[in-house]
Amino acid sequence: MTEKKLKTGADFAWKDMEVGNIVTEVGNASVRETGDWRTERPILDKEKCTKCALCWIYCPDAAIKPSEEGYYEADLYYCKGCGICADICPAGAITMTEEEEK
Amino acid sequence: MSKRVGLEASHAAAEAARMADVDVVAAYPITPQTHIPERLAEMVADGELNAAYIPVESEHSALSACLGAVAVGARTFTATAGQGLELMHEVVYVASSMRYPLVMTICNRALSAPLSVWGDHSDAMAVRDTGWIQVFCQNNQEAFDMTLWAFRVGEDSRVLFPVMVHFDGFHLSHVTEPVILPEQEEVDRFLPGFQYPFALNPDEPMTHGAFGPPDIYAETKIAQEVALRKSKDVIIQGFKEFGDVFGRYYQPVELYKTERARTLLLTMGSFSETAKIAIDTKQDQGESVGLVNLRLWRPFPFEELRQAVRDVETLIVFDRCISFGGPGGPVCSEVRSALYNQKERPSVVSLVGGLGGRDMSVKDFEYVIDRGREIAEKGSKELFETVGIRGKVTGIRG
Repeated sequence: MTEKKLKTGADFAWKDMEVGNIVTEVGNASVRETGDWRTERPILDKEKCTKCALCWIYCPDAAIKPSEEGYYEADLYYCKGCGICADICPAGAITMTEEEEK
Repeated sequence: MSKRVGLEASHAAAEAARMADVDVVAAYPITPQTHIPERLAEMVADGELNAAYIPVESEHSALSACLGAVAVGARTFTATAGQGLELMHEVVYVASSMRYPLVMTICNRALSAPLSVWGDHSDAMAVRDTGWIQVFCQNNQEAFDMTLWAFRVGEDSRVLFPVMVHFDGFHLSHVTEPVILPEQEEVDRFLPGFQYPFALNPDEPMTHGAFGPPDIYAETKIAQEVALRKSKDVIIQGFKEFGDVFGRYYQPVELYKTERARTLLLTMGSFSETAKIAIDTKQDQGESVGLVNLRLWRPFPFEELRQAVRDVETLIVFDRCISFGGPGGPVCSEVRSALYNQKERPSVVSLVGGLGGRDMSVKDFEYVIDRGREIAEKGSKELFETVGIRGKVTGIRG
């Protein structure tokens, strides 16, 4: 993650809007947290995980990130709960769990 | 030397696009616009115009392809009519909201059903609120002139809006009139190359067409609205610059024999020329009546209209469209709104005619003037009255 504080829409008055709503700042999609409409979240079983990184490759939203220990875990601020990582995992290490369940 | 040639309005518009040296044309043929894409395709095939001609499978695709072209900074032209404009409707909004300055000719046509390929202003009124700059032409010379002017104004870095140039299907699109074609050198003097400031370029990445959640959508729309209204200054400057180069000066609101006239008739498009003959006849008979031709439709020329009618008792507005279940002809409703808060305002009368290619003769316009004055004096039971409908029309009440 970049340290630079990127602006969100709420930082702009109407006069500051870019012509045609064009986004000239590269990479600012990351300031908008889009994980809040998820109904299921992926839970990783580190015992089973082989660190093959297929989940990281297949995640359509780049929401899976490598951790310091070499595992791949979903950033729940961006994960939409699509379940592709759980489906693709050859070791069966990812389980989709209802958000309501603990 | 400029030359005077016989051209139908369709070919005049195509000629203007050629002289503007457009880079991309994407259009789908539809009556009565067909001659425009036909002629442009011919020009490209014959090497008279160095442009990409994109044959598309629908009007929705035509305008979508145009947006892509403008996004990379290409000078872009398209044309459509009636049902075609309806089919591209969602993209019409996208063009103006993304501030993509392309030029689109509309050969005004009635809307189905019943199926009609003939002219009226229903298609134009259905895109009234889409955020484009819109002008109407009275004749084929204006079809050429307004097309050229549209590129100059829309592409101006202070504007960056798409422009619709309306002219009447068949009445102009298929009728040959003398048109003065300028020298290429004059066109180049008037119209600089297109420098789109946000052209997509892999070396300077940016995003066009991002989504707008509730925290920015409203601000975006207000910015667009203010920008469209502000474009009027450049529109007027563009008319002036056009006149300085080509010798023909246009105005947002144009007056014909209005001096000391107590009654004014307001019309748009080619019917203004027929109405002018009715004005001549009436003035010859000593009647105090003049004509207002509304050229600029969006942004609406409020000040110019108020100025034009300030000393007038009666303003008769002639519409070629019905606003079903509404207060009157759509142009008349706008004119009334524009004048409503004025301390002194004329009585405004709405008459509708010329629907679906029905001719309006000079005599018909004489009737519009006579009946309009009568309504202003004695009132009418109807919200608007009609011209040339068989059988007495009642039941337009509110």
